Amino acid sequence: MAKDGTRNRPLSPHLQIWRWGPHMFVSILHRVTGDGMAFAGLGVLLWWLGALAGGPASYETFSKVMTTPIGYIVLVGISWAFFTHMMSGLRHFVLDVGGGFELKTNKTWSIVCPILGVLATVAFWAILLLR
Amino acid sequence: MGNGTSIGRVRGLGSAKTGVHHWLMQRFTAIGNLLSVLFLAVSILLLPDLTYASVAEWMARPVPAVMMILLVVTTFWHARIGLQVLVEDYVHDHANKFACIAALNLAACGGIAFGAFCVIRLALGAH
Repeated sequence: MAKDGTRNRPLSPHLQIWRWGPHMFVSILHRVTGDGMAFAGLGVLLWWLGALAGGPASYETFSKVMTTPIGYIVLVGISWAFFTHMMSGLRHFVLDVGGGFELKTNKTWSIVCPILGVLATVAFWAILLLR
Repeated sequence: MGNGTSIGRVRGLGSAKTGVHHWLMQRFTAIGNLLSVLFLAVSILLLPDLTYASVAEWMARPVPAVMMILLVVTTFWHARIGLQVLVEDYVHDHANKFACIAALNLAACGGIAFGAFCVIRLALGAH
């Protein structure tokens, strides 16, 4: 980006300039979880569908890999990314209609959304493993 | 209307009419993701177990099969739009940006085609 002639232009303040707040954290988290799911989540989804279409033997391979410790970390990670992205996405819907911009409300929901994401992930796995 | 600066040339012309399409599609597909992925999550919890027999029998039924195809379409579309924003934010070189977005479109279309084909193959009784 830095071409001759633009080098001395003032720079827009970025992450290291602003004082950190939860609204920045939830925004970055939204992007990280979304883009993480776009690669890992959709990859595993296609593998799962492909394994099902391939038949019992290929599904067996998928199940074996996904029930190793690394497999569980990947699956828990994807589910956490989904629930976190879902909660901050719902926050975006509220912001889109013009709500939740008051400083205190904005800060509160920026803190609550990631927590709800973790709680939903824990609830999902608790139901799945304890049923 | 001025003609000196780029902002001066466009001021007063109104909206371009097509600018919100990308933004709106991100919201529409977000609603699609919300419904279809929650359907999948609840279905996984309601299945008696996750063996091949149970999952394949479930996915071969009409409603789950259609929901899974819709899930593949809406999630890949949403990811395509989201990753495009990522590319536009961080890949500044024009040629690299074009290459990234071309690859992204191919990958998204390929993912949708593969996912939908797998569900249809299963639902129409491959095994």
